[in-house]
Amino acid sequence: MKYVLLAVGDEKVWEQAGPAEREAVFAGWERFDRLLKSRNADRGGEELASSATATTVRKDGDQVIITDGPYAEATEQIGGFVIVEARDLDEAIEFAKACPSGTVEIRPVVEYQG
Amino acid sequence: MAQDAVPEGTAGVITTGSDGLNGAAGGPEGTAGATAAERAYREHWARLLALLTAELRDLDLAEESLQDAFAAAVAAWPPEPASPPAWLLTAARRRAMDRLRHGAVMARKLPLLIVDEPEPSPAIPDERLRLIFVCCHPALSMDARVALTLRCAGGLTTREIARMFLVPEATMAARITRAKKKIAQAGIPYRVPSGAELAGRRDGVLAVIYLIFTEGYAATGGDRLIREELAAEAIALGRMIRELLPAEAEVDGLLALMLLHHARCEARLGPAGELIRLSEQDRSRWRREEIAEAVALLRETAPHGPPGPYLLQAAIAVEHAAAARAEDTDWPAIARLYGGLEQITGSAVVRLNRAVAVAEAEGPEAGLELLEGLDGALGRHHLLHATRAELLRRLGRDRQALEAYGRALEAVGTDPERAFLLSRRADLSASATGPGTGAGSPH
Repeated sequence: MKYVLLAVGDEKVWEQAGPAEREAVFAGWERFDRLLKSRNADRGGEELASSATATTVRKDGDQVIITDGPYAEATEQIGGFVIVEARDLDEAIEFAKACPSGTVEIRPVVEYQG
Repeated sequence: MAQDAVPEGTAGVITTGSDGLNGAAGGPEGTAGATAAERAYREHWARLLALLTAELRDLDLAEESLQDAFAAAVAAWPPEPASPPAWLLTAARRRAMDRLRHGAVMARKLPLLIVDEPEPSPAIPDERLRLIFVCCHPALSMDARVALTLRCAGGLTTREIARMFLVPEATMAARITRAKKKIAQAGIPYRVPSGAELAGRRDGVLAVIYLIFTEGYAATGGDRLIREELAAEAIALGRMIRELLPAEAEVDGLLALMLLHHARCEARLGPAGELIRLSEQDRSRWRREEIAEAVALLRETAPHGPPGPYLLQAAIAVEHAAAARAEDTDWPAIARLYGGLEQITGSAVVRLNRAVAVAEAEGPEAGLELLEGLDGALGRHHLLHATRAELLRRLGRDRQALEAYGRALEAVGTDPERAFLLSRRADLSASATGPGTGAGSPH
């Protein structure tokens, strides 16, 4: 099955991190990347720019409202995503545990047959 | 429910006249067919459901088809077939094929369960462990785990489970349906976890069973008789797990612990439903067979490494059970065991219990000291204030004791416990220097 791992976290922590801390986080992501590749589970993923750069477009009938910021204001925001191929939820959980992000939301990808 | 209504080594506690079967079957109660089918339901429900789920890779389809097979059995028996489970399995498989052919389940479009290839096995292989692990998967909410376990492994109907948890049947049905959907859609595997994962997941299963038990034992509200059934159901599940995971000290520990608590359940409530403290219980009303079974379990078990939390709690309960009179209790031993338990769990509730034991072993002053710093975690828990009140009262600090009783009464949940606290407070108000009669033990 295909799952998306959403890396969720407090963006301030990242913004305030020093060079050494950032270095450690990058190293963690590299290790995670190697693990996924070794299991042939890596199906792509991206780091996202901070939610301060987000733009939300809402449609209400004929109206389109464009607002500055993410769709939901929260301390924790999605900072990136990884698509993985896993045997089942247990393997996806194993990947999420290995992911350097402090919080990971796992969402199965809907795959339509035929 | 009489404790001997718990059949040894069977899946559920469906007593005679169970709507678990009659409700599904709509069959006449008390006929020979119903009796034989009821017996088969008790003995084979979980095992057949587990096997069908592995074959069909669809929990819903397996459940509905098996329900139909039991309904057919009520109508068709007697004569009882030579092998009732084989008969039921064939009937259920046929029903499943019919349902699949008629597209009744296709409309749901739920993905198939992820099932490992079955190993070559006897005629009716035992797949119950897979079923239990799927029901208790940590990706499900605790409420869902409890409901699914009772439904699938315990064989209780949705109606029965709803009644036990004091929610409308529709609410419980929705909860179970949601859980089954999540299992299929999120890809929760139908598998016994292996290797390093197993110990943690096993503890998760034990936690679900113990939660079912404590819900029955501690009664956060509601009818006493219904809660008794829950406790008996948890014990039956404990027996099932022990059959499936033998030689696991924590599994033995949990079963022993539940038996020891259950042995005291009649003695802990008075004729008007009021709570009777351990120290004042009529020990002749403790069920000796359950205590003996628990003691035997603990004697046989051998933990690999240091004892786990269930084994320690069972050892504490055995200390209480072994004392012929309250004053014979080996409090220093109990205090030591709680010390070990606190080290493992870091739990504030365990610390509270340890304080009670230490107060008995070394005096109320030492107990009070251990209560320091618990208000953050347990400030809203009546047992903290009730315990503090009892210890203060023993030290003759009546004004502070009255204050603590007041706080306990603000936090208390059930009527028997409220009545108990009110009577303690009234005693204290009446006689400023009442005799110390033991701490309000949370046991």
